[in-house]
Amino acid sequence: MTTPDPAAWEPSDRELERRAVRRRMALRSRLIATLAVGAFLAVTLGAILASPGWPRVQETFFSWEHARDSFGEIWKGFWRYNVVIFLIAEPLILVLGLGLAVARQARSPWLTPVRGLAVVYTDLFRGVPTLLLVMLFGFGMPALQLQGVPNSGLFWAIVALVVSYAAYVAEVFRAGIESIHPSQLASADALGLSRGQAMRHVVVPQAVRRVIPPLLNDFVSLQKDTALVFVVGVLDAVWAAQDYGNYHFNYTPLVVVAVFFVVLTIPLARLTDWLQRRMAERERAGQR
Amino acid sequence: MRQPDITLRRLGVALAAPLLLFAAACAPQEDSTATDSTSDSGSPSESASDTTAADPCATDSLPTLTPGTLTVGTDSPAYDPWFRNNDPSNGKGYESAVAYAVADRLGFSADQVTWVKVPFNSSYKPGAKDFDFDINQISITPERAQVVDFSDGYYQASQAVIALKGSAAAGATSLADLQGLKLGAQTGTTSLTAIRDVIKPSEDPAVFPNTNAAKQALLNGQVDAILADLPTAFYIVAVEIPKGTIVGQFQPTSGEQEEFGMLFEKGSPLVPCVDQALQSLKDDGTLAGIEKQWLSDTVNVPVLQ
Repeated sequence: MTTPDPAAWEPSDRELERRAVRRRMALRSRLIATLAVGAFLAVTLGAILASPGWPRVQETFFSWEHARDSFGEIWKGFWRYNVVIFLIAEPLILVLGLGLAVARQARSPWLTPVRGLAVVYTDLFRGVPTLLLVMLFGFGMPALQLQGVPNSGLFWAIVALVVSYAAYVAEVFRAGIESIHPSQLASADALGLSRGQAMRHVVVPQAVRRVIPPLLNDFVSLQKDTALVFVVGVLDAVWAAQDYGNYHFNYTPLVVVAVFFVVLTIPLARLTDWLQRRMAERERAGQR
Repeated sequence: MRQPDITLRRLGVALAAPLLLFAAACAPQEDSTATDSTSDSGSPSESASDTTAADPCATDSLPTLTPGTLTVGTDSPAYDPWFRNNDPSNGKGYESAVAYAVADRLGFSADQVTWVKVPFNSSYKPGAKDFDFDINQISITPERAQVVDFSDGYYQASQAVIALKGSAAAGATSLADLQGLKLGAQTGTTSLTAIRDVIKPSEDPAVFPNTNAAKQALLNGQVDAILADLPTAFYIVAVEIPKGTIVGQFQPTSGEQEEFGMLFEKGSPLVPCVDQALQSLKDDGTLAGIEKQWLSDTVNVPVLQ
């Protein structure tokens, strides 16, 4: 049996006709897509720019002078408060959240109170609006005037954020832990691992990998909720923008500060994508 | 090969459908806004020529939001001594009394005045306002006057420093004495600008969303002193924080008298009429009487330099 020489093959007339039709159809759909997108943008932008209020909106939300003048305070508040609060709170939240999730999985009868506390904690702190927690901690704790308890509103605002977000993150971890197939625990049992060892070496490492995308959601959400420290008078980026606007009667700083947060979020999303890809590759151990 | 073709076509339809809806939804909006803005931007003389009355400020010809009604805005909560019991419509408190006095001069009876809640940070939003004027201890500044219109001043404000009795801040006798302290004030206020521009403390001031948060922080020792306008300060130390004391008063911008004005939509034809009403209240002493009735005497407060 000899294989046919590929060079000798000539497309039939019918095949050529098919190709021509495909080309025409492809061209046609590209044309329609371009027209549709173009028309969409033209109508949307046209409607905005031609609207009678646009000059006012441009002046109020997109004023170059106000953006420039407010930039300094926003920049300062952003790095000094939003980023720092996030970097302090996030590791604490991960540790506390994982601790709560594992506590909730405890099966020993001795640990029933621990399990119960974990349930009550999540129900309570996930239910209370974060803003209220920041207020209650930020003003309430210093008002107790206890010896050795910090008086700083910022300190207590961070505590409130940790307490609130740990409740969310604990549920994310719990979902991850419960998604691990029971056969994994059975295998660990068969290998002679204790339940604690099985959690530590088998279940939790797999669970963490699975919940990275929802954890990122909570990360991004926390980044934005760092702005809640405004309640106790801390001039973070969002509050600085609002404060500038309140005095100068202009909303442009709000747009500026929105850009700050978007710019901070995108690299974090890419980093998480990369982390997850790396973990997935390791899990497959080189297999495709 | 045909698959992408179909999806693209569907995409085209999917894009076109909301597009048409969007365009359809936009059209009436544009029309109504256009008519609104032409009627709003009309000067008082124009609106007067529309009517037969010679006096543009005659009650019937006043282009108020709702004809026959004066809609007045203020923030909630409405603080003492400007209002009483968080109820602007009871006529009690300085600003409530002034609003009713102005309404009276414009020819509106008390039951023709309606109040709306206007958070301070939405009072300057672009577009049509949902009030005829907003009265909320708003200081007149040239920059703000580019975005909204103000009436003439109805109160001459000065800034007061409030501290707890016996604290280091309470012993301050000059603005320089305040520089080393942690100070706080409400956002967007001239009090806050006074801290930044006049006192220039070494530590950044705390910025609070409202006076209540500032008072709580003062009580907690989270700030050493807070700033507010003098009448508010009097009320705070008299009623709300009895262990507080007024350290002193000063003007936020040197050489200029700060004034509170009523806030109007830019180009509102009501401004000259309200100014006229205010002037008549000043001329016959009514305004001074209202001030005497609702605001404390301010002469005993030391002036900080």
